[in-house]
Amino acid sequence: MTGEAIAFYALAAVILVSGLVVVSSPNIVHSAVALVPAFLGITGIYILLGAEFVAGIQVLIYAGAITVLLLFVIMLTEGGTGLRLQQRNEQGPVGASVAVAIAVLLIAGVTHTTWGRGAGTLPAYTPGAIGQSFLGTNLLAFEGTSIVLLVSLIGAVIIARKEE
Amino acid sequence: MSWSHELWRAIEGTVLIFSGVAVLAAMFGVLLERKISGWMQSRLGPKHVGPQGLLQTIADTIKLLQKENIVPRNADATIFASAVLVVPLAALLDYVVIPFGTTRFGPLIFRDLNIGVLYFAATSSLVVVGILMAGWGSNNKYALVGGLRSASQMVSYEIPMGLALITVALLAGSLSTVKIVAAQARWWYAVEQPLAFLIFLTAAVAEVNRVPFDLVEAESELVAGYFSEYTGMRFALFQLGEYGEMFAMAAMAVTLFLGGWRGPVLPPVLWFVIKLYALIFVFIWVRWTYPRFRIDQLLNFAWKVLIPVGLANLVATAFFVMVVRR
Amino acid sequence: MLLDWGYVAIFAIVGTLLAAMPLFVIWLISPRSDYPQKFETYESGVPAIGQAWAQFNVRYYLFSLVFVVFDVEIIYLYPWAVVYRKAGAVAFYDMLVFLAILTLGLVYAWRKGALEWV
Repeated sequence: MTGEAIAFYALAAVILVSGLVVVSSPNIVHSAVALVPAFLGITGIYILLGAEFVAGIQVLIYAGAITVLLLFVIMLTEGGTGLRLQQRNEQGPVGASVAVAIAVLLIAGVTHTTWGRGAGTLPAYTPGAIGQSFLGTNLLAFEGTSIVLLVSLIGAVIIARKEE
Repeated sequence: MSWSHELWRAIEGTVLIFSGVAVLAAMFGVLLERKISGWMQSRLGPKHVGPQGLLQTIADTIKLLQKENIVPRNADATIFASAVLVVPLAALLDYVVIPFGTTRFGPLIFRDLNIGVLYFAATSSLVVVGILMAGWGSNNKYALVGGLRSASQMVSYEIPMGLALITVALLAGSLSTVKIVAAQARWWYAVEQPLAFLIFLTAAVAEVNRVPFDLVEAESELVAGYFSEYTGMRFALFQLGEYGEMFAMAAMAVTLFLGGWRGPVLPPVLWFVIKLYALIFVFIWVRWTYPRFRIDQLLNFAWKVLIPVGLANLVATAFFVMVVRR
Repeated sequence: MLLDWGYVAIFAIVGTLLAAMPLFVIWLISPRSDYPQKFETYESGVPAIGQAWAQFNVRYYLFSLVFVVFDVEIIYLYPWAVVYRKAGAVAFYDMLVFLAILTLGLVYAWRKGALEWV
């Protein structure tokens, strides 16, 4: 096994375990905090794919900003020991069998498809290359993003202020 | 090189940086702070332990190691315990991209990452998560409010810091710290970009929760803020994180604005250390000179002053580069 | 490049172990005298009143929200800054448009009081 393969499986394990904690923990704060290892694992996957810049912004935005946002909301809205979520109901067995069926379907589908191999080499994902694309082919998307950000800011301020 | 060789080098480097930070930043830095504050307040700092009080922090550390480890009954044990590790680790991760000097084999840096400056910003933002965890895990009103306020403060000052970093990256044309130091061959960026330098220093002081931005830790306000319930060595680890982060910010400021290890005659590492401690002295000086800001004042300052100024500086620099260097 | 990040990963792992070492030491040698009062939550010497809670105030949420939007803006500036010097003059105007739109956002948030701490 190459180093990359070991790294991949280790990261995948981290992501899956944290993901499991996120969806199944009865304590909502634990769920939110368990997102951080999941995000860091995804950062590792990006690095294995050669996308350093995206990895950096993954940590900066997801682990640094969005986690903080989530934690603020959780810590401020349930005022107490931590919301106890009910993780089981009487439909457990039905849900489990549906999940297994979907998993079998997906795994069979993925392993039995012949995936085509792309030609050529990966483009460089360095900040310089990304910057070139911003000023060249992706200029419209770049400017469009600023509009999207503006809209989301206005929308969020409106919604949050309405609570007053 | 074989992978075991690389692994060994990585481990050696980590231990070296960790010990270096623990000794020079946490131990020596705390002592320096106490001595300088004493000098500024016309009194002597610690004097008895070791010559001129040099072993004071070691004595303090040994004392803290022996303290009882109390976890409050209502605390959230997992989060309480893991927060202690997140804060120092995030502070230490900052040091990966700092070039301490240069040798004939190349720069003296743990790893010159392509996205050096972005990496630094990213690891600084991880500290905030640790603080929120500590504030929540303690299940203590002071700690929780302190943690929330501290997080709001740190998060607000990350943007001006990012703007200062981007302005420097613009001038140097790279995010790699080694290239940024190399680009300062003629002028330090502090001379070309005084505004960005000041913005970065201010944001750095706010990121480390130091006076004048230390409302979240002030004893008269919130006991000890987010780490009120942490005893003994856990408290020491938070201090390690805080002082480590302060030194990391100063080191990054030296790298970005003061020409890193550049300087005539003396060996590069020595220049780096001199500049680093000069900035630390400024940090300590500011701490013992100014009163603290209120929370609304400090947030207003970040959003309504630093960010507009930082943006204007960036646009002006970009304009200047476009017009003059064409 | 992967090697760089391998080093960083080792740094993180070894660093965590080193940071955890003092905790291990205290687990071994710290004294322990348990009595119930010691484990009470600290509240300036009086018994704690109620659970720890922070009064819900939308201001924390608004700050972190505006922060997320501006953080995303900043990450668009990083690649632009790296290529700016070698790019044409049009790069300046591209960024001017981008920043102008987002400054509108900042002004909006400012005027609507999203940046107030009251």
